[in-house]
Amino acid sequence: MRSDSTVQIALVLPDLLGTYGDFGNAVVLQKRLAWRGIPAEIVPINFGQAVPESCDIYVVGGGEDTAQTLAVKHLQDNPGLQHAVRRGATVLGVCAGIQLFGDHFTRADGVTRPGLGLIDSTSHAGPNRAIGEVLAKPLGGLFDGVLTGFENHQGRTTLGPAARPLAQVTVGTGNDGKVEGAVQGKIVCTYLHGPVLPRNPQLADLLIEWATGTKPAPLDLPILDQLRAERVKAAQRTTDASSRG
Amino acid sequence: MSSKLSQAMGLGAGGMIGGRVALKLDPQALRRLCAGRRVALVTGTNGKTTTTLMLARAVDELGLVASNHGGANMPDGLVTALSQDPDADFAVLEVDEGYFPAVAQVVEPEVVLLLNLSRDQLDRVGEVHTIERSLRKVLTDLPNCTVVANCDDVLVTSAAWDAKRVAWVATGTGWHHDSASCPRCGSPIRHDQGSWHCTSCDLGRPKPHWGVDRGDLVSSQGERIELGLRLPGKFNQANAVMATAGAAAFGAPVAESVRRVRSVTDVAGRYRTVSRTGHTARLLLSKNPAGWTETLTMLQGGDHAVVVAVNAKEADGRDLSWLWDVPFEQLRGRTVIAAGERATDLSVRLTYAEVRHTVVPDTLKAIDAAPQGAVEVIANYTAFRDLNAKAANAQ
Ligand SMILES: [Zn+2]
Repeated sequence: MRSDSTVQIALVLPDLLGTYGDFGNAVVLQKRLAWRGIPAEIVPINFGQAVPESCDIYVVGGGEDTAQTLAVKHLQDNPGLQHAVRRGATVLGVCAGIQLFGDHFTRADGVTRPGLGLIDSTSHAGPNRAIGEVLAKPLGGLFDGVLTGFENHQGRTTLGPAARPLAQVTVGTGNDGKVEGAVQGKIVCTYLHGPVLPRNPQLADLLIEWATGTKPAPLDLPILDQLRAERVKAAQRTTDASSRG
Repeated sequence: MSSKLSQAMGLGAGGMIGGRVALKLDPQALRRLCAGRRVALVTGTNGKTTTTLMLARAVDELGLVASNHGGANMPDGLVTALSQDPDADFAVLEVDEGYFPAVAQVVEPEVVLLLNLSRDQLDRVGEVHTIERSLRKVLTDLPNCTVVANCDDVLVTSAAWDAKRVAWVATGTGWHHDSASCPRCGSPIRHDQGSWHCTSCDLGRPKPHWGVDRGDLVSSQGERIELGLRLPGKFNQANAVMATAGAAAFGAPVAESVRRVRSVTDVAGRYRTVSRTGHTARLLLSKNPAGWTETLTMLQGGDHAVVVAVNAKEADGRDLSWLWDVPFEQLRGRTVIAAGERATDLSVRLTYAEVRHTVVPDTLKAIDAAPQGAVEVIANYTAFRDLNAKAANAQ
């Protein structure tokens, strides 16, 4: 327990794993806390720096193979994130996050690398790059409303019994063409960026609830509903087009 | 189809059609068209078109120059430009960074300008580190070439590090988000007080031969010349010094080059102003996070209204995640209008940046909706292209 009440959001290795605007996920968490009167700050943890274990939420982004390998090594040498998870911290892992949190991942060049072992899963390079809009139905009553995002990844992920999928894919690829993401304890992983939290405020608020222990009050931002409606429509158009021919 | 016809059909770069035909007829066209000429190639993620125009202006002092001014920077665009000016002794060519290795091997340039390297549209273009490695290989092997390279950019420095002859330019501009790890050994790169170095291998910022200091060009030869550019921003000062250093490698006198570079105003419609409905709108193109960041930095201090227009067509990249890599927070306190096909995505970004704004998807109408007077319009690739075409029709 910390004495001050500021929620600390660790942005983990943004300089290695910030390929897809992942900074945006941290900003959304910080602003949605601040707008409800809960002070929050973003703590960037750069490559070469120690990883604190005292933060409330950890946001880990995506990166290509080389960056991912460097990131795993850095996080193994500086195991603050793993300690925080054992303590019950809330974690969001995006894109490569799902691969580096797993037991191991096999890269496109055939080399298998160990992951951090935080999520019961393995990943490998798929036959092609999955690129495009994704829609998925949340599983296990975690939150309401469809999950929307943009995917761009070669990796495919298989979950073990300790992890459960975040959502069921209706448009796009996700982990394997059927399910998307992973949930284990207070860790949520997803292949979706866009980034994922600006597009899915209900997921952002779930993470906030986990971190603060209180269900946050609703925020009325019609522009978010409009964005979601536009993206859902765009994703449905891509499937209509492909089923036509 | 003739060039004129392709232009009439709205294909824009009228040069492309002729070039494609020439390549088909003669795969050696590029080599043949460059033979006997003194060739400079300009590549990098941002600033290619502007710097190519600046370098061509400066080299004009030495002789006739063939150049692809319109930004048609793939091999067929180069062939077109070269065949239009068969008598030019010099060729100053903008080359897409993906095509650069193949083009450089064929034409064996005397001068190469390597401006900067940063992530472009990620769902379309190869990873920037892959591009660095392919540039490194060809620059190391080029026999008689002076590479003019930006030593404030880690990836550029790595690419030019082993070249035979390098003129290092301290541009004061660099995008650090893609250079946390050393491109050569993977160790962390440390940045401190304008310098940088790898924490394990010997890659580090070289001592510059050229630089920009408070709007002046400075050189290790002791020169200091006020740039006095008509084009705005620090980024263009960097481009101007790169161009002057490139012209110097051909033997052009520095003061004369600066004088010529200064005369550049309109670059393929960029920085152009459009007058309509009581507004004077300045059009600014930004194609990727580094470019957007430079443009926003350039606008700091001003208080004109800003129209931001974003599309996500194939040519822009379908993925708009990069919006979150751009410090839109810098627009707080100004009149801001979100426009373009993806105005809603932009509006969400601005909302979380706590930038008060309105949404008018049609970019021309967005200009009309701004308070009368000067308006800055920043647009990404197809939004910029569409606006330029529409503005021309409306006038
Ligand atoms: Zn190194």
